[in-house]
Amino acid sequence: MLKSHFVIELLKLLAAGMLLISFAMLSTRRIQRLITLYMWQGAILFLSTALVAYDAGLTELYFSAALTLLLKVIALPFILNWLVRRLGAQRENERLAHIPATMLAGLLLVILAFGLAQPISVLAATIMRHTIGIALAVILLSFLTMIMRRKAIAQVIGFLAMENGLFFAAASATYGMPMVIELGIALDLLVAVFILGIFFFQIREQFDSLDLHHLESLKEE
Amino acid sequence: MKGIAFVWQLVEVALAIALAPLLTGWIAQCRSWLQNRSAPPLTQPYRMLRKLFHKEAVVADHASPLFRAAPYVLFGAMVLAAAIVPTIVTDLPFARAADAIALIGLFATARVCQALAAMDIGTAFGSMGARREMMIGFLAEPAILMVFFNAFLLFGTTALPGVVDHYASHPSVIDPSVIFAAIGFVMVLLAENARIPIDNPATHLELTMIHEAMVLEYSGRHLALIEWASSLKLFNYTCIGIALFLPWGIAIHGTSFGYVLFALAALIAKLAVCGAALALIESLSAKLRLFRAPEFLALAFLFAVLGLLVHLLMGANTSA
Repeated sequence: MLKSHFVIELLKLLAAGMLLISFAMLSTRRIQRLITLYMWQGAILFLSTALVAYDAGLTELYFSAALTLLLKVIALPFILNWLVRRLGAQRENERLAHIPATMLAGLLLVILAFGLAQPISVLAATIMRHTIGIALAVILLSFLTMIMRRKAIAQVIGFLAMENGLFFAAASATYGMPMVIELGIALDLLVAVFILGIFFFQIREQFDSLDLHHLESLKEE
Repeated sequence: MKGIAFVWQLVEVALAIALAPLLTGWIAQCRSWLQNRSAPPLTQPYRMLRKLFHKEAVVADHASPLFRAAPYVLFGAMVLAAAIVPTIVTDLPFARAADAIALIGLFATARVCQALAAMDIGTAFGSMGARREMMIGFLAEPAILMVFFNAFLLFGTTALPGVVDHYASHPSVIDPSVIFAAIGFVMVLLAENARIPIDNPATHLELTMIHEAMVLEYSGRHLALIEWASSLKLFNYTCIGIALFLPWGIAIHGTSFGYVLFALAALIAKLAVCGAALALIESLSAKLRLFRAPEFLALAFLFAVLGLLVHLLMGANTSA
């Protein structure tokens, strides 16, 4: 009982850290910092999954934690960093309009997510049920990050962070997804980053920049 | 029993007044080390205070009594604040008179007084500094209030000694909301004490200065009091931070001499660590443009509100 109580406190702490990182992602202007934040988010995800696996004694979850560590903490940030370097976009900063307003919108999203999660977390029986609201909030905040960004790489990182939130939600509501699905998602993510990487090069070749508002007009004048 | 509490209260205030310049000196020393400069001695602020007290105070011809009174009001407010913040003992007779919200009011009084005095002479720098100070102040106040509300919600009292009592006697509680509140608090501390992301305390000749612009017209003993008061303000804020987030080791009901000595040692150790951490933050961050300051403080406010939310929605579940 004591062990479990301590684990719950620790998990809540990690969940809070996850939320914190989501807000940091929302407010940062630099691409490289965004990638670093994504890496930290993956690390927190790894720690929390491993903790749940330890507490519930589920071997499957250990595998999925290891997968998280390999993919989201090591492989994807490495690939993204490599892409940014190849694209020469290290110092390309985003022109974010009005960060305080975005932050307030994010705050409203958090309230909404907590409100939505309240009935679900009453039903859930897992030890992480307190964190369902935070997982939902992370998903919504990543959405907001994607909406507020113009640059392609930042949008992709927002997408990846959203997947982190989904993974966290799955772990907190139902002790993770079946192994087959998790493997499939992991592979999908890897492939998606590769394909999007190819897109980056194509977009830059066409428009000389990674700014996606060039794609909004249908034809050239 | 009652008398000894008053004695400790007075000791605590005297200690705050005496130690405040030391903390400022320690931070300056840490900053120099981090920036590969040879550091000024720890006693540098005391020497400067002594020099200033020995100098003649020059006051402008047009100065009103407000201008002369402001340094004393400022210093008095900070000393009074030091009496409310528990540093070594929590059984403070003065603290019953005012809770943490009154403490914020005290800081606001000092700020308004200083801003009015800066505008009093009518120099361009003075009024510019005063306006900037008020802008920072009105943005920082809601953030610090929210940080306090976090602690109040957690422990069900608005008195700082009460919060510390509860906190120090339940060391196992690590509420996630505390992390958010702590981050928000550090940001407010930096902004309120003219530290680097908002203001640079080391410049006197730039258009970006805020605090220094307000005190440009002061000299002699007036300037000494103002410098001492700003040291005390930093000391008070650091002690509030320690009380809210790292209260372990404080003498809870301790009126026994040994226990208080231990608390004093713990306080000095914590102050040393916090001072070094502040110097590190200052060395790592670049000064923000003035128009980024609202963004910075909005972030602090946001963190504090997030802490409240996290506490209300996750903490409520655990107790059930």
